[in-house]
Amino acid sequence: MPERAAALRRDRDGGARRSDAPLQSHNDMIDPVLASRFQFALTTIVHIIFPVMSMGLAPFLIYFTWRDVRGGDPVYEQLRRFWTKVFAISFVVGTVTGIVLEFEFGTNFAAFSTTAGELFGGPLAVEGMMAFMLEATFLGIFVFGRERVSDRLYLVSSLAVGVGTWLSAVWILIANSWMQMPRGYELVSENGDEVVHLVDPLAAYLTPRFGYMYVHMQNAAVESVALFMAAVSAFYVYRHHVRGEETEHIAFWHKTLKIALVALLITAPLQVLQGDLYARHVYETQPQKFAAMEAVWDTEAYVPEYIFAIPTDLSQFTDPRAKELFGIGIPGGASWLASGGDATAEIRGLNTFEAAAPPVAVVFWSFRAMVGMGFWFILLAFWGGYRWYTGELFEDGLLHKALMASGLLGFVAVELGWVVTEVGRQPWVIQGVLKTSEGVSPGLTGAEALITLAGFVGVYAGILALYVYVVSRVIRDGPPSVRELRSTAERDAAPTEVPGDD
Amino acid sequence: MTSAVDALAAGPVLGLPLPELWFALVFALLGTFLFLDGFDFGAGAIFATLSDDEGREAVLSAIGPFWDGNEVWLVVFGGALFAAFPSVYAGLFSRHYLLMFGILGALILRGLAPEMYEQRHDARWQRWWGRSFVAGSVLAPFLLGAFAGNWLVGSPRSLTLVGVVTGVAVTALTVVSGAAFLRLKARDALPETVTEIGVAAVAAYLLAVVATLGVLATRLPAGVDALLSPPVIALVAASVGLGAGYAVALRRGASLVALAAAGGLTYGLIAVVGLLMYPRIDPATGATVGEAVVSTLPLNLMSIGAALLLPLVVAYFAVLYSAFSGPITAEEAY
Repeated sequence: MPERAAALRRDRDGGARRSDAPLQSHNDMIDPVLASRFQFALTTIVHIIFPVMSMGLAPFLIYFTWRDVRGGDPVYEQLRRFWTKVFAISFVVGTVTGIVLEFEFGTNFAAFSTTAGELFGGPLAVEGMMAFMLEATFLGIFVFGRERVSDRLYLVSSLAVGVGTWLSAVWILIANSWMQMPRGYELVSENGDEVVHLVDPLAAYLTPRFGYMYVHMQNAAVESVALFMAAVSAFYVYRHHVRGEETEHIAFWHKTLKIALVALLITAPLQVLQGDLYARHVYETQPQKFAAMEAVWDTEAYVPEYIFAIPTDLSQFTDPRAKELFGIGIPGGASWLASGGDATAEIRGLNTFEAAAPPVAVVFWSFRAMVGMGFWFILLAFWGGYRWYTGELFEDGLLHKALMASGLLGFVAVELGWVVTEVGRQPWVIQGVLKTSEGVSPGLTGAEALITLAGFVGVYAGILALYVYVVSRVIRDGPPSVRELRSTAERDAAPTEVPGDD
Repeated sequence: MTSAVDALAAGPVLGLPLPELWFALVFALLGTFLFLDGFDFGAGAIFATLSDDEGREAVLSAIGPFWDGNEVWLVVFGGALFAAFPSVYAGLFSRHYLLMFGILGALILRGLAPEMYEQRHDARWQRWWGRSFVAGSVLAPFLLGAFAGNWLVGSPRSLTLVGVVTGVAVTALTVVSGAAFLRLKARDALPETVTEIGVAAVAAYLLAVVATLGVLATRLPAGVDALLSPPVIALVAASVGLGAGYAVALRRGASLVALAAAGGLTYGLIAVVGLLMYPRIDPATGATVGEAVVSTLPLNLMSIGAALLLPLVVAYFAVLYSAFSGPITAEEAY
């Protein structure tokens, strides 16, 4: 494959070099590199919603199942059945949108896959065998099998599904963290191609970055779901207690709100504290990304951290520069963040890097918005905790409204965090090794890429709308009534006919 | 630890012919996907022939607990190909760009449909999700078959005669599996015509295989000679025997035997494709298994991982299928 191989390495970064790339026909409607980047961004941004929901729900569902199987309070059977519905639909949509991502490495980023496959393909294959298989098989039992299997096997199934979703993230983040912080490899020339060879598997697959990413991501998933649960239950609690409209299953919503608050009280502070360590690690290992997060162009010391930055004109919004921004800055804050306590520490500016800077405005504002939300979630958690302590949790209408308004913000923060991570490392797909523009499939035409990009815009908008519609219906219908519950039916030795799970 | 890495980089574990084993494994994974998700696809095609609510619900309930797990075999196939033969994965998937997205689109239509179908019980909603289910279930195996056919002859284009006939053969094969599976899981709720659909499908499958072999004789570099090797002849003969056995078993109500025969047909088909391709793995570039495989260290690691994990996966499926063994009951709505 010499011809393809030569083409694989061709820089397709647009601009001056484009003219000598013979594979590009002049009538391309759109640059295939740009279309592939947009398509991968779109498909990942939509996909990540569903794993966040399923990974975040997993620990709750294991707890609900355990309490339900143990017997006693029938509210746990309601909780299990209600949230399993949300989990099941999220899992299905996550499956069909997730396969797309695996395929796109081959279809759109063939040069990347050829270059890095030896190191990158392994974690994906193991993810399929170790994690996805575990989730998908036991999900069948968990969703459909309550009446078919023993209590013990049912509990084991909930554990298997939950552990499977979290193991999935282990392997995906092992693969991703290596791209952020490549180690344990060497570049070898094969047929004129530079190809990554695995040399030290432990160094490659267990980068320090993996630990930071995994804790940050999994905690974010639980925090996002806790916020979502809190918002849904706050809606019903507000209606019942504040507006005085009689609401069914109010005990169920009380319980949901309290459980969500407990989870939020644990995860919200942890997310910010651990995020601080993570940012320091980024400063040490990806200084260009850190400079973009702080919009530092020239190497400087004593850089302020703008908690609230207010662009006074459009150019400050589209092209933020740390020294010129108007806002509330903590003097030396960014330096302090980078160095772990030294407000006078120097931050290397974007101008000093050989590679072009990533889109700074996107990274800078996304980072700010994410961090701002992180602090807001802590405030919400303590506000709710305080009202619970004073016995007014179900009466504080303002708290309920704040929770309702924040129900989806956890997901937004996750998206913004990934934008910082992935846009922030541009132009690199593998930091310092391979540029994203060099990773795109050499034979891909602009027309092909445009067809699928347009298709995905339509299909994914439809999938999102359907998902929102179905989850809203589940929430509107509320939990199953206590008299329909399995535990109630057994206790009353009622007729043997038991309704199915769905 | 370094010495362990050195040992793993020095040569294949246990001196095994790992590149060939991975070639076989990749096709075995594809075959497992085509068999297991194949009966889900086939059930989806048969769904189109049912007009009553009870029958349609029975089809959805029959595949409900299984299809998601079955579909993961495709993910594992893709992952294994990526990990062991990255340049083949990259070349194949980018060469058949629109075809791959066609497969993804079909899987989306099929995957969303069972879950959505049950969300609302009005006729219009269910009619549309029923169509989505049928279209996805028929298109996915057709396009996958086309992908396999194009892969085998190394076509640079996605729309080819060999692709079409292979696609038809694979689609017919999924209906063969689907009829046996539905007979096994939902006998009482479905009309007798399912048996006749299965028998007709197996006849159509064998005809499509003959047509595929005929086209292949003109497309493969080795021509007819490639098709006349003893293992290929033996597999084709065995397929005819399995097809006849399937028809007899299905008519006599031995659905599990019929399903096993359908499994045999599926693995037989995949074995023929693998045999015709070997020692090359990407006929489009002429790359052989030995050339395309990754270096020793990652191959050893992957082999150890697969040897540990795949038996576990088999165990998960055993638990799942035994938990839902026997026909579905009336209460088990999707």
